[in-house]
Amino acid sequence: MNALRPVPSPGDPAGSAPVLATFADARLGYGDRTVFERLSLSVRQGERVALLGRSGAGKSTLIAALYRRLSDAGARVALVPQDHALVPQLSVFHNIYMGRLDRHGAFYNAVNLVRPFRRERDAVAPLAEELGLGPDLLRPVERLSGGQRQRTAVGRAWFRGGDVLLADEPVSAVDEAQARRILAAMAGRFATLILSLHAVDLARESCDRIVGLRAGAVVIDAPAAAVTRAELDGLYAR
Amino acid sequence: MPAEALRPPLPAAPAGGGARRGLRLTRANVSLAFLLLALALLPFADLAIANSDPWGVLARLAAGFLAPDFGAVSDLGHAVLLTLAFAVVGVVLGGAAGFALALASRHRAARGLATILRSVHELFWALLLMQPFGPSALTGVLAIALPYAGIFAKVYGELLEEADSRPADVLPRGTGAVSAFLYARLPQALAPMKVYGLYRMECGIRSSAVIGFVGLPTLGFELDSFFRQGQYDAAAAILLTYYLMIGTIRWWMRAKLLPLYFIAGLAVLVSLDTVSLDWANVARVFTVDIVPAPLRGADLAAPATWAAFGAWLKIVLVDQATPGLVATFVVTQLTLVVMGLVALSGFALLVRNVVGRLGARAGHGVLVVLRSTPEYMLAYLALQVFGPSMLPAVIALGLHNGAIIAHLLGREGERLSRTLRPDAPRGLDLYGYELLPRLYGPFLAYAFYRWEIVMRESAIVGILGVATLGFFIDSAIAEIRLDRALVLIAVTVLATAAIDFASRRIRARLALGAFGGVEAQRFPAR
Repeated sequence: MNALRPVPSPGDPAGSAPVLATFADARLGYGDRTVFERLSLSVRQGERVALLGRSGAGKSTLIAALYRRLSDAGARVALVPQDHALVPQLSVFHNIYMGRLDRHGAFYNAVNLVRPFRRERDAVAPLAEELGLGPDLLRPVERLSGGQRQRTAVGRAWFRGGDVLLADEPVSAVDEAQARRILAAMAGRFATLILSLHAVDLARESCDRIVGLRAGAVVIDAPAAAVTRAELDGLYAR
Repeated sequence: MPAEALRPPLPAAPAGGGARRGLRLTRANVSLAFLLLALALLPFADLAIANSDPWGVLARLAAGFLAPDFGAVSDLGHAVLLTLAFAVVGVVLGGAAGFALALASRHRAARGLATILRSVHELFWALLLMQPFGPSALTGVLAIALPYAGIFAKVYGELLEEADSRPADVLPRGTGAVSAFLYARLPQALAPMKVYGLYRMECGIRSSAVIGFVGLPTLGFELDSFFRQGQYDAAAAILLTYYLMIGTIRWWMRAKLLPLYFIAGLAVLVSLDTVSLDWANVARVFTVDIVPAPLRGADLAAPATWAAFGAWLKIVLVDQATPGLVATFVVTQLTLVVMGLVALSGFALLVRNVVGRLGARAGHGVLVVLRSTPEYMLAYLALQVFGPSMLPAVIALGLHNGAIIAHLLGREGERLSRTLRPDAPRGLDLYGYELLPRLYGPFLAYAFYRWEIVMRESAIVGILGVATLGFFIDSAIAEIRLDRALVLIAVTVLATAAIDFASRRIRARLALGAFGGVEAQRFPAR
């Protein structure tokens, strides 16, 4: 691993922007299980960060920790979890609408559940259209394909909106052309992006900073343009 | 699914424990222990055929079935209507209350209330409620709604609990609790809740028919009066009507029609109540009758009061609860053995490769009748034939519960028999070598699950005159000693809870718990 860069070397198009979240020698894990022994990382406003690494390297753990950190700090965060966390029995419309459940009272939400309001449908429709989910938005999610479900989860995060989008493998189940379009649209919708991706090329194209994880440690942290193919291959080597 | 493969290996015998080998808790040993216990209890069991001419009764009953006299039943339509009305209104109200209790299940008080509600059988509820409210619509509806609320609370609580929590975890912060419940949890549980509710509706019709035996104007009441008059052809007409109702349920019991049925049922029940409630009586029941007799209006500081209370307690606990408990236990354990025999031989009747296509069809027919006749009604019929003793109770409860387990095992056996190697044996060899060994574990799981249910039913059939706990409860109520009845019901509840505890322990030790899944146990009669 000698070829890899020293760890705290923030990739820098946003070097002077305010820091949104910082980990300094933090221990991250679930209960007794430690994933990151000592994690040091910070994310600044306006960055587009790609998290890369083999499965089990700690991407999902880091995203979950960032979500908590950012929400606690009062940032408006949208999340696309890897398992999508959709309600299979509810429609595409309702699952997307759930991104804004906090904006309305219980009564409004309850009525909208039984009989969707015109203005909510009008608000969701263009977004679903952009994700290729239209036009029938009242299909239950359980009848959708894996790719459609993933896009529904993305739609929910988009509908939520906010300062930061945290997405765990948000385009793993769609074809490459569509993945490019969706990633480009994400960059337009959120000032700050933190994405875990499995496709290295997509990461280099759509993000400006690459954080490489290996076995619970940050082993690459550099501007996307500065990371070499060999370095990235090192992440996935056995 | 080969159940054997799922079973964790049995713990190794303790080192040097060669002498203890015979006492280890294995499936074979446990089965043998239950068999031996039943044998040991036989001398305490009253298995006499008290009826001088059981064949005569059976023959007349059969003749009645061959020529049922619907004309003799002037109020058949009315009884059917009331049976349905009590069932629909009772189950709907019970479901609503149970749902509310499930929502509150984080609170210990709500869970405790649900447990108490469901551990008292609907017949005991009917007997109890009859005191303040008489044989009124209120009594019938509450007798169903109260225990069902407790059952609904448990199952709905579990269904909501089982819902995937991830959608709720990723909701925007600041989402209200109600919105979170409505969007992220309820939709996941709604479909199984609906299915369960409809299944319970079917159970409610059975309960509704059965509460007629203690005086409410449903089919059970009509059946009882015709048997008393020896009009077997009319009794057969009632029974056939009942089977017609249960048999056609899948065609008319629809979730969409339920609101309509509910309103219609409510209208029927409201029109029924010509007797207005005697509120002075209601007040007396709740303020005087339920207080132990020696303490009513007595000087609580006087030692004599407490001496009298001690004597009262002795009568209830020593003279009534103890013999009732022993008899209930004897009936329970004997029933378990009959149930086991019926289940293990009965499931073979459902597997085509064992008994052939026609045999399986006939087996289905017999088992459907046995399991869809309420256990109390079956015991009632057996009692008409054999006369009052433990024998009809054991036979009826054994047949009913055995048929339920046979149905579950038969379904699994039929499925299994199609997944076996192509050169698998057929007939008895298939049963003995392939099915029985694979299904014995599931059989034990179901049997232990029903142990508590059998105990509850054994207590209940006492109302028919067998000397189990129900007999003493019924007598106490007949003597208007509600205070004693309450203590005896509490004893029944505790005894059932003890059996439930023992059953859980044994199931856990034998690693039987998981088999059959929650579904099979939630819908035991399906």
